[in-house]
Amino acid sequence: MTDTTAATDPIRLHKQLHRIWRTPPGFGRLSAVNHTIVGRRFIITAFVFFGIGGILAMLIRAQLATPRSAFLGPEIYNQVFTMHGTVMMFLFAIPLFEGLAMYLLPKMLGARDMAFPRLSAYGYWCYLFGGSILIIGLVLGLAPDGGWFMYTPLSSRTYTPGINADIWLIGITFVEISALAAAIEIIATIFKTRAPGMSLDKMPLFAWYMLVTAFMMLFGFPPLIVGSILLEIERAFDLPFFDPARGGDPLLWQHLFWLFGHPEVYIIFLPAAGVMSTLLPVFARREIIGYIWIVVSIVAMAFLSFGLWVHHMFTVGIPHLALAFFSAASTAVAFPTAVQFFAWIGTLATGRPQLKLPMLFLLGFFFVFAMGGLTGVMLAIVPFNWQVHDTHFVVAHLHYVLVGGFIFPMLAAAYYWLPHFTGRAPRLSLGITAFWLIFIGFNLTFLIMHLTGLLGMPRRIYTYDDAAGWEWLNLVSSIGSFVMAIGFALFTVDIVLQVTMGKRARRNPWGAKTLEWATAMPPPAYNFASLPSVTSRTPLTDARGIAVDLARGQGYLGFVREGRLETLGVEITSGRLEQVIRLPNSTHIPLYTALVTAVFFVGVLLKFYLVAVIGFVATIAMLLMWTRGWGDRADRGLMPVGQGEEAPPHTEVTGAPSNWAMTLALFANGTAYASLAFGMLFLWVVAPNWPPPVLLDPGLLASALAVAGLAAAAFAAMRSVAPAVLAKAPQRELWLAVAAAGNGAALAGFIMLMMAVPDPTRHAYLAATFVLLAYVALHAALGVVFAGYGIVRSRAGYVSAMRSLDLRIGAQWHRYTAGIGLIALLLIHGLPRVMGS
Amino acid sequence: MSTLDTAGPAAASIATLWWVMLIGATLIFLFVMALLALVFIRPGIGRGTPASWWLVGGGLAFPAVVLTPLLIYALWAGERLFPTGDPAVAQVDVVARQWEWNFTYRNAAGAPVQSSNTLHIQAGQPVQLNITSADVIHSFWVPRLAGKIDAIPGHVTVLQLKADAPGLYRGICAEFCGTAHLEMQFALQAHAAEDFNAVLGGLPPAAAPDVNAPRGRP
Ligand code: HEM
Ligand SMILES: [Cu+2]
Ligand SMILES: [Cu+2]
Repeated sequence: MTDTTAATDPIRLHKQLHRIWRTPPGFGRLSAVNHTIVGRRFIITAFVFFGIGGILAMLIRAQLATPRSAFLGPEIYNQVFTMHGTVMMFLFAIPLFEGLAMYLLPKMLGARDMAFPRLSAYGYWCYLFGGSILIIGLVLGLAPDGGWFMYTPLSSRTYTPGINADIWLIGITFVEISALAAAIEIIATIFKTRAPGMSLDKMPLFAWYMLVTAFMMLFGFPPLIVGSILLEIERAFDLPFFDPARGGDPLLWQHLFWLFGHPEVYIIFLPAAGVMSTLLPVFARREIIGYIWIVVSIVAMAFLSFGLWVHHMFTVGIPHLALAFFSAASTAVAFPTAVQFFAWIGTLATGRPQLKLPMLFLLGFFFVFAMGGLTGVMLAIVPFNWQVHDTHFVVAHLHYVLVGGFIFPMLAAAYYWLPHFTGRAPRLSLGITAFWLIFIGFNLTFLIMHLTGLLGMPRRIYTYDDAAGWEWLNLVSSIGSFVMAIGFALFTVDIVLQVTMGKRARRNPWGAKTLEWATAMPPPAYNFASLPSVTSRTPLTDARGIAVDLARGQGYLGFVREGRLETLGVEITSGRLEQVIRLPNSTHIPLYTALVTAVFFVGVLLKFYLVAVIGFVATIAMLLMWTRGWGDRADRGLMPVGQGEEAPPHTEVTGAPSNWAMTLALFANGTAYASLAFGMLFLWVVAPNWPPPVLLDPGLLASALAVAGLAAAAFAAMRSVAPAVLAKAPQRELWLAVAAAGNGAALAGFIMLMMAVPDPTRHAYLAATFVLLAYVALHAALGVVFAGYGIVRSRAGYVSAMRSLDLRIGAQWHRYTAGIGLIALLLIHGLPRVMGS
Repeated sequence: MSTLDTAGPAAASIATLWWVMLIGATLIFLFVMALLALVFIRPGIGRGTPASWWLVGGGLAFPAVVLTPLLIYALWAGERLFPTGDPAVAQVDVVARQWEWNFTYRNAAGAPVQSSNTLHIQAGQPVQLNITSADVIHSFWVPRLAGKIDAIPGHVTVLQLKADAPGLYRGICAEFCGTAHLEMQFALQAHAAEDFNAVLGGLPPAAAPDVNAPRGRP
């Protein structure tokens, strides 16, 4: 029964909502998809990995405390520092802020969940399983040992024959799935699932930071994933992408890695800066100054950060002019950083600052990060970089940036939002002591390392002799690190105490003005019993009783419609009400999908390729299962949403979140493809031993078949969503069949071309050509599946002239495949011609 | 081993750069921290300053004033550190491999001679090193004389350095290159002009160039 009038009884409304939104207890928890639970899981798991990374750090410092220490030999030490860096960057920092974003964003934006709850859950399992592969490797003594940036040829099979490097490549790629999933989901959530009235310029700054971060992840991770796949292919099948003797180039790996690796640093910093911009105004007791300035500088930072990767490669013999350019671009990042820094200080200066515990950690940020930023400018100065590159000066700099720019804000965030997570306030706080131990310990450890580096101590050495003059510095550094470790232990104890024994917290204890504080504490699964409408950047000040009004069901959607989980979707810029988004309930399917994905990755890792293929096919099949029974079999048209307003369901509008998901996924996919094409051209221009001994002679028949197939598929897909065709089931299914056949023909063409490539192990040119063709072939094969699936959906009654979402998403795929296919054909026909002449 | 205890012009100019930057950075750091302290000691002190003062002044003008001269100075200083390409400068071919350094020179008679793990140069004279690797990436670094440069298989990188006075200078491999990365050290021996030819004369002739070594592209 539908009750679309506002329920006046809050308890009854709560019970109704709770029944459909809740996650079942016991083993049923494995089926959780709710953002509050999944976000919490991300955060807790990330802290566990922080503990592991921290223990590894302590091992490093114990080993370096005294000269000629016999504690760890080089074999173990190399694994330890590699895993320390890898765990901290990939398994701690990124998942931690992903979890925080997942937990907070829907609440801050006035929504009931993320746009794709099952995707969050799937991402979480991928993260957990991928991370476990690395940790199991560590426990078995098989951990990667080539440094966290895994430079080739050291990480190639010749010089690292064991499984260690494969564990890194496979484990990290597995984890990156969760990063890409989070990126897509965060963007779609921020774009679409906001409270009506929250136009972009009324969004909380935290959402802006996360939006930009997510875009950076979307474009930053694909180059790393491509690099990892190429390296794994080289290691497993001997295709020589990085082997200079056969036309490959170790520098290609460095470019792909840092194309990811530099933005990565900002990807870690920006969410923490988002925390700064959220907490600081609360403790300054005024609105932040320069909202627009901050937004512009975040965007500027994102763009700049993609132009800076070469500053990690100043010692590889880069041409003059390029050095000057990248040096200048690197220093230019100081501008957007300074804008934010002074916006924060200005906010404090013009407000009435309060020195509460989270603020103390924010001050720690100012101190530590300012120093890291200043040494960063120094490192951007090329001649100086030549001296201190790869020394402990760089180790000091990177920890000042990462610990200052990430850990301190995150500790502040922990204390700030903990009452929200748990509903509890601390009885006694060890936080101040913990702060001082961490702060003093940190500076003791790392300030000194600047000097050790200048005195010539390189990074990644497992010991040193007493003639070097570094003994005292290293000893003090190690002592400092143990002080810091005690501080972190105390922090952990404090948090555990507050979670288990804290007293009942009052609502909105800090007097914040963002919407997440309008939920109950701890929040119910659905966040808000009814959704607010937003008229300013500080929704909590506008309507004093807003929390109570919402709980009474006096906002939007203050009712349950047919047992469906609903939240609202808005037009991106204006925040105008646009659609009712239906969300899925708890389900085990993300877990099962992640398990078969794990079968794929473990199959590749152990070189059971048949198992891997089965895992891959099963993953695709599982992903298609996500939509089974999901959708509407009849047109709904406008539905009441309360407050006298109406909106259509998301399946009947053009700007549905899943449309965006496909668009964004294709952006990421396109970036991966561009990285591959860039790699091919890079090798041609820069690598030794070119031109190749043989050139590909692409068959005309195969090429023609490929072109015809791609064109037919793209055209048919376009026709299938034309209004006149959509309306008639036989017609649209016919066009879908044409699209499937077109993709099938293209697949055949590309396979023929692949078979025409002479032995791809002979030269990087042949290897790159082969992989480029395989990339398109895979997309065409998936195109057959998707077109076929469109037919299945249509026959099952989920498609109509109004409900065309499934087909429109398919059409995006077919168009994209045609695009990359044509580019591949141009490249493989064009390149031999240019080289041959 | 210290980069601040310099013995050659390249390292010396970088050390000067460091001291300049250190002083600048310290002043900036103290200024920002003082500002922050003031905000808490005297709350509301900035109440009168308009927001744009912070954003334009602190965010744009301040970094512009600091960075522009720094960049110009650094570019100018860096320009003088690049190899001159002067044919009169003595050349040494350096090949790094796990885990040793090989140096090939021409002696007074023009015949190729070589040494391992000890590089002989003439004090007071610049020398150009053409560096490559036979296996993984290494990095050539003599901290007291000059910055480092990577030895990359398939590429030749060039470093020019000069030792002001005769002496023994320690060199290391600065890029992580496997289990014996730490042991991959070498000595740079700078000889007085009158001894230098005799030293080169005493070196064994270089083996024929390694045919398996990848052809380099600069
Ligand atoms: C909590 C205290 C920490 C201590 C005492 C510590 C200590 C160290 C030390 C001594 C090294 C240098 C190892 C070597 O070159 O031989 C190192 C490397 C590194 N650390 Fe940390 N670290 C800490 C936290 C972190 C955090 C929070 C992050 C990142 C978010 C991080 C990221 C890294 C990275 C990326 C490397 C480079 C690893 C490599 O060379 O492959 N560390 N750490
Ligand atoms: Cu080496
Ligand atoms: Cu080395």
